[in-house]
Amino acid sequence: MDTGDTGFIMISTALVFLMTPGLALFYGGMVRKKNVLSTLMHSWVIIGIMSLQWILVGYTLAFGPDLHGLIGGLDWLGLNGVGMVPNPDYAATIPAIVFMAFQMMFAVITPALISGSIAERMNFPAFIVFILLWATFVYDPLAHWVWGIGGFLRTLGALDFAGGNVVHISSGYSALIAALVLGKRKGFGKDSMAPHHVPMTVLGAGLLWFGWFGFNAGSALGANGLAGMAFVNTNTAAAAAAIAWVVVERLHRGKSTMLGAASGAVSGLVAITPGAGFVTPLSSIVIGLVGGTVCYLAISVIKAKFGYDDALDAFGCHGIGGTWGALATGIFATKTINPLGADGLFYGNASLLEIQAMSVGITVVFTVTASFIILKAISMVMELRVSEEQESTGLDLSLHGERAYSEFV
Amino acid sequence: MRKIEAIIRPGKLDSVKDALSNHGVNGLTVTQVIGCGKQKGNTQIYRGVEYTVHLIPKVKIEIVVMDKYVEEIIRVITQEAQTGEIGDGKIFVSAVENAFTIRTGATGATGATGEQAL
Repeated sequence: MDTGDTGFIMISTALVFLMTPGLALFYGGMVRKKNVLSTLMHSWVIIGIMSLQWILVGYTLAFGPDLHGLIGGLDWLGLNGVGMVPNPDYAATIPAIVFMAFQMMFAVITPALISGSIAERMNFPAFIVFILLWATFVYDPLAHWVWGIGGFLRTLGALDFAGGNVVHISSGYSALIAALVLGKRKGFGKDSMAPHHVPMTVLGAGLLWFGWFGFNAGSALGANGLAGMAFVNTNTAAAAAAIAWVVVERLHRGKSTMLGAASGAVSGLVAITPGAGFVTPLSSIVIGLVGGTVCYLAISVIKAKFGYDDALDAFGCHGIGGTWGALATGIFATKTINPLGADGLFYGNASLLEIQAMSVGITVVFTVTASFIILKAISMVMELRVSEEQESTGLDLSLHGERAYSEFV
Repeated sequence: MRKIEAIIRPGKLDSVKDALSNHGVNGLTVTQVIGCGKQKGNTQIYRGVEYTVHLIPKVKIEIVVMDKYVEEIIRVITQEAQTGEIGDGKIFVSAVENAFTIRTGATGATGATGEQAL
């Protein structure tokens, strides 16, 4: 066991944890005043649910001894056997319990990302049941396929350093399905649904950028050069994407907005996630510039054209950004950065890009199908959506009996 | 007694308030309002979606004064609040039946705008 590695991964764990409250604020500022608490509540309740689900059953399903390349066994149910000595298969220099905790924070933030697409209209009990089922039947298997030893996508050679597939593509496309199944918000396209507190969103974005250093650099699972490289790639892509969004928005709409700059940074962070430990900083610039541009187009042009109500752009940012990131990894990965990775198209190897594309395709088909089935199943026993009156009044009062901002004192 | 409601540009509040104070009016009520008149709205952009907002933030000052001071007060407000551009605002004058000071119970003239010069 190495104390430097262990210290670093524990700090990274805390950083990734902070991303979920950060996400809560990022989303919270973007909804209308009457729904801000319900939006914060989504992330917060997920922290509670997933922290327990993970240690009871999630970790073993995702990382437990492999069964047919599809799922982990229940050997580590309730963290049985997961102790203070390292597990040489996963992170040889840090205690198994620390590796588990680090992975837990990823399992927490992933379902929280989905909450962005169903904001302002989903029923709270249905939401909780959805999260539990999605985590167990979508996230856990997918994490196993990509990161688990014996997982079939890992065996295939698909590269996902910190969760482009597992976190962003899975949540992004599931978010799209959820938005379609739930339907548009009342008054969508007519009523003003402008963000009620952009500074709150900016604070959230800042916390996300900060936490992402733990997300990406920590995925090196050691306090080493690769972690340092991932750290720099992360910052570079975020910066490039923020600038790209600022420029593209100026060209498209005549003005660069603060919300745009913050969203741009987040889309860059998403795009670099799968490749953070495989590409060079210069490649990160390209990944960020393209990521910011592509996500901007997905949100401002494509969403408008197709008219689906992905309220907070979980799909536009994470689904699309993650897809680009996974393919970009297939283009820009180089063994000079990470000998355990592979070379991408840019370095003369076309097969990695094919593998990445296949991995993305499989992930999309699986998450979309599974999410649809889960939502439909839930809808047979309870209402997915709040009533029209509840939606009009606002979820803070209707579902939670709370006001975020008092009227006079 | 008359009530004067002046809807003015938010940026003019301080200078109007100071001018009123110089003319003996120190009691006033201010609310933030949004409204529209001839002034066109503005366009806001959120994640590429354009919102045209027709209602514009203004500030409303309400004061209650004795009839004989109404013309002078209107002149004072107008002078301070005017820019010459569309959107300067409006002043409405209405009759007030009575006015009371809560602390002392005083009514009528002293109930209006406190016990100042007016």
